[in-house]
Amino acid sequence: MRALMPLLLWDTPGTVLSLGGVDLFIVVVYFAFVLGIGWYLVRFTKTGNDFFMAGREMTAWIAGLAFVAANLGSLELMGWAAASYQYGILAAHWYWIGAIPAMLFLGIIMMPFYYISRTHSVPGYLKLRYGEGASLLSAVSFGFMTVLMSGINMYSMAIVMKVVLGWDIHFSIWVSSITVMVYVVLGGLRSAIFNEVLQFMLIWLGALIIPIVGLIEAGGWAGMVARIQTNFPAGDYTHLWRTMGSFKDNPMGIHWTGIVFGLGMIISPAYWTTDFLVVQRVLSAKDLRSAKMAPIIGAGFKMLVPFIVILPGLLGLAVIPGLVGEQQAIATGGHSYNEVLPLMLARYAGPGLLGLGVTALIAGFMSGMAGNVSAFATVWTYDIYKPVHLRMAGEEGPDRHYVAIGRWTTVLGVVVSIGTAYLVQQFASIMDYVQALFSFFVAPMFGTVILGMLWKRTTRAGGFWGLAAGMTSSIGMWAWVKLDPAALKYVALSTYAKDMAENMYRAAWSFLVVVLVTVVVSLMTSPKAEADLKGLVRGCTELPSEGDMPWWKRPMTWAAAIFVVFVALNIIFW
Amino acid sequence: MVGKGSISIWFFIGTLLLIYGVVIFAANVIDVLSPSGGSTVVLQNLHFGVWWGLLLIIIGGFYFRHFRPWGRKDS
Repeated sequence: MRALMPLLLWDTPGTVLSLGGVDLFIVVVYFAFVLGIGWYLVRFTKTGNDFFMAGREMTAWIAGLAFVAANLGSLELMGWAAASYQYGILAAHWYWIGAIPAMLFLGIIMMPFYYISRTHSVPGYLKLRYGEGASLLSAVSFGFMTVLMSGINMYSMAIVMKVVLGWDIHFSIWVSSITVMVYVVLGGLRSAIFNEVLQFMLIWLGALIIPIVGLIEAGGWAGMVARIQTNFPAGDYTHLWRTMGSFKDNPMGIHWTGIVFGLGMIISPAYWTTDFLVVQRVLSAKDLRSAKMAPIIGAGFKMLVPFIVILPGLLGLAVIPGLVGEQQAIATGGHSYNEVLPLMLARYAGPGLLGLGVTALIAGFMSGMAGNVSAFATVWTYDIYKPVHLRMAGEEGPDRHYVAIGRWTTVLGVVVSIGTAYLVQQFASIMDYVQALFSFFVAPMFGTVILGMLWKRTTRAGGFWGLAAGMTSSIGMWAWVKLDPAALKYVALSTYAKDMAENMYRAAWSFLVVVLVTVVVSLMTSPKAEADLKGLVRGCTELPSEGDMPWWKRPMTWAAAIFVVFVALNIIFW
Repeated sequence: MVGKGSISIWFFIGTLLLIYGVVIFAANVIDVLSPSGGSTVVLQNLHFGVWWGLLLIIIGGFYFRHFRPWGRKDS
């Protein structure tokens, strides 16, 4: 996420792309289609299960593609393309070690418990495992952060559209957010998922143009590497691990321990296994095998994303050297590396293809936003509103009542997101704080969920106090470095550590705090009876055997295959 | 995916890609036959837009035909 922040400061005069009539037609048809899908699906969205869980009837492919698409926002595309122009192939760590092992872990180890427990959300799982305290803490923090992040992404996207296409900021914010609101209100999660699959296809078909033509122009991979070495003889932009031996040897200021232990073992599993925005897509699967296969299919596609995100940045280094940082670009009137993706699009895309590329960017934004608002509506309705309503009314409301609340919450989520977008426009520093806030609770959540799932001795009090201590320690470390920058050498183990490295280490420390506090408090308090942990905890739950399935249909087979390719990619680009 | 008699998401995707393919193919064929001039697109001699339009027509056409809601036994 940090790689996206410079986009907010983006203020280069003039526009990068100019759309013709054919390109505009392609964009308009896209909007008509996503609204049409929402309108079509409203007839199938009658119950709470339909609206919040997409009827739990998605195939592994649909759930898997939506799982990846909800994360594949346009700022992700542009931000990481810019990061790869700046840092080289190091940016691919966020797609490989920073995603693949965690996604496979979700599919093989965690998904059975999420699915068998029949929970509707991650806070819902915490409620079943730890009771209302931990559930409410996670639901409120998730709901709050989700709409704020949605607003920040909305504003950033509007800035991108203004710079790249010259579109009015208000026009971009209102048209895109109202479109998302309409199709999610109409069809709920089902509509969000269907559109995410459509958007996923468009992102690929729109963005794939750049690496294909770019590699032809650069003379293949070898030609591209040779050109980069000629253009930038002092740097190493095409090796993943060789420069990670010291904080000082690479432009990211990260040591391999931060990448492996902070990103690979804490931040990435925390996001991919407990962030309800992505997990919700998998919970919609039609059966346990589909639920296990969905993250594995998602991992396969995630592994390929660097081809449309990182490779364009590297090709930019080869064929358009000279892009500079934001401040320098403003001073000289040149182009910044934040523009590398639209610049490459303009370089290779003729009539219609430009519209397809811009549609890919818009699709990316809308899939991310739909993910945010549909997850927010579910958590708000089921994990915050429902317990309060139950306490006040003394009984549960009818199903249609919660569907209505879900629809109104979707509208509320979009309105608050729009409000946040305008707030960020006035006070850009809010983005810094919200990004930091987001990082405060993701890693602790992972500690709480994973201990609850894998260790039956974890108690209700242990879960709640562990989560609270983890969040508090993360906030404390962040404030400590803010107040005294010298504290960086304790939090991130080096004064050379940059923002990304600090995030990695802070996540790792807060995870350790969660584990420590949860274990200590659990050992001091009485555990739940094993019978109450059935379906929730490993060792207390009988998992369905896959022995009668042919080997090539077993999720484990495919997870192993994906893992082998993941290892091979890291060795090839070592 | 949404019950018997429903339209598959792959049909919507196929239809959209087919429309895009036809539009991009046509626009680029016209551009090849009568170049507008002043274009800054590199490697124009590859006529990439024509090939990409054809690819979209093939992919879109396949999904459109295979998942069409009419003339199929299952939904």
